[in-house]
Amino acid sequence: MSLKMWSLKKSVWVFHVNVGACNNCDIEVVNMLTPKYDVERFGIKLVGSPRHADALLVTGVGTHQAVIRLREVYRQTAKPCVVFLIGACACGTGIFKGGYHVAGPVDEIIREVDPDAIIAYVPGCPPKPEAMISGVVKVLSAL
Amino acid sequence: MKKTMQKPILAVGPFHPLQEEMEFFQLTVDGEIVTDIDARISYNHRGIEKISETLQFDQVPFLVSRVCGICSASHPLAYVQAVEDIVGVQPPERALYVRTIINELERVHSHMLWVGLAGHFIGYDTVFMWAWKYREPVLDLLEEITGNRNNYGNVKVGGCREDIPNELKPKILKELDGVEKKTEMLTKAVLDDPILHARLKGVGVLSKEDAIAYAATGPTVRGSGIAIDVRQDDPYAAYADLDWNVISQPEGDVFAKTVVRLLEVLESLKMAKEAVTKLPDGPIATEVKEIPPGEGCGRAEAPRGETFHYVRSDGGNRPIRHKIRAPSYVNVPSFKASCIGQHIADVTITLAAVDPCYSCTERLAVVDGHNNIIHDYETLLQMSREKTARIKKEIGAPEFKMEDI
Repeated sequence: MSLKMWSLKKSVWVFHVNVGACNNCDIEVVNMLTPKYDVERFGIKLVGSPRHADALLVTGVGTHQAVIRLREVYRQTAKPCVVFLIGACACGTGIFKGGYHVAGPVDEIIREVDPDAIIAYVPGCPPKPEAMISGVVKVLSAL
Repeated sequence: MKKTMQKPILAVGPFHPLQEEMEFFQLTVDGEIVTDIDARISYNHRGIEKISETLQFDQVPFLVSRVCGICSASHPLAYVQAVEDIVGVQPPERALYVRTIINELERVHSHMLWVGLAGHFIGYDTVFMWAWKYREPVLDLLEEITGNRNNYGNVKVGGCREDIPNELKPKILKELDGVEKKTEMLTKAVLDDPILHARLKGVGVLSKEDAIAYAATGPTVRGSGIAIDVRQDDPYAAYADLDWNVISQPEGDVFAKTVVRLLEVLESLKMAKEAVTKLPDGPIATEVKEIPPGEGCGRAEAPRGETFHYVRSDGGNRPIRHKIRAPSYVNVPSFKASCIGQHIADVTITLAAVDPCYSCTERLAVVDGHNNIIHDYETLLQMSREKTARIKKEIGAPEFKMEDI
């Protein structure tokens, strides 16, 4: 295991990117940080800039106007990084499939930028905070 | 020759650490003072009204509950009321009570969420953690009743999908008592806190005249001394049977809006408890076999204000037009009145004070933003006519006259 990968697994700092979600996944993401689930005790922390982040939490379908910014945010994130696609929309556009302003699925957009991106899927509408925590644990133990 | 200097513009967004959603504000500043504000939106536009036309009447509630995750009970309710307006059906009384309970629980968790985020915005994370801790029992109750913490999918045309079992009543009442005690404590703590007074009083004032001029709704205007509320003015579900008051505060600043929301939580808890106690027996849905041609409107008081749905049916199994007007659509422009003249540090909390929800609001996308061509209604209509003429020319269709039909 390279030094970079080893260090990625400790205290994952996350940047939250909403690319056209209904707010539900976003609330649940914030919910993870509040007293009931409190993931900050494991070193998982929301940060204000993608340059500080080890992982991107992407929610939403990926609208035409948002994916341009998503590509830029992915380029700015320090590599290696993990991309978590939170919710049914991010995993495969969900109920908004076929909408005229939907450019997703988000995983294809990220693969266009970087074919070797590490992408993890957390399905659900919205996924419960337990599911997100379980997703993080699975990815970190698989790396 | 007089030289003009360009005024400095401060960009907030589209991905701002304080914002859950994408939104982009350009603040024109003069030193510390904001002199103008411009909002660029539609990052979150998903074309819901158009997708709705491809779904069947029964499937649309699941779509509109995803207009906004925090109003996921009010949007389907307004839609279902619009369709019931077309059919002319009255849902059974128990269904009306179940709808009321779900909507009030939603208001409780939404307002608590706002209070928490407001604390976070002014750097007071204790309030953030407290409020979000106290809203958890409400989410657990909603999960127990409907099967999901958010996006309940509980209403359908003619009634409700899931019932509140009578065995669950004592548990709901007990949990709500617990939440009420905690909320009372939080309200007293917030109203007593000198830091919050210093930070929120006199900030972002939206005067009564401005509130009327911008046609704002919900807690935003109730904080400016206008006591309007769809639940009171045009009662739906079981609100007419319940004993409650519309909360309003005259000051119009962020503090008044906070007080309105906190007191509304207590009022909503009271209403939810009353509705659970009064819950009548009987079926929870009337069967609706077909939707006749016609048009209908539905209104509901979402946590952020009045949400309005218009549905037109041609007798088929899909709506041929579905129009949504969400509360933030009228609340967001009121920033022009409340933010200008404020300090930069106070603008974030003023922007947050109307509890803006951009996933609700964004009903139009700028199609060609990079060349700065903004397509308004007239140009879109013109483009549509040109396209029709072009296609006609290509396929050689005959000229269509109104007199022929």
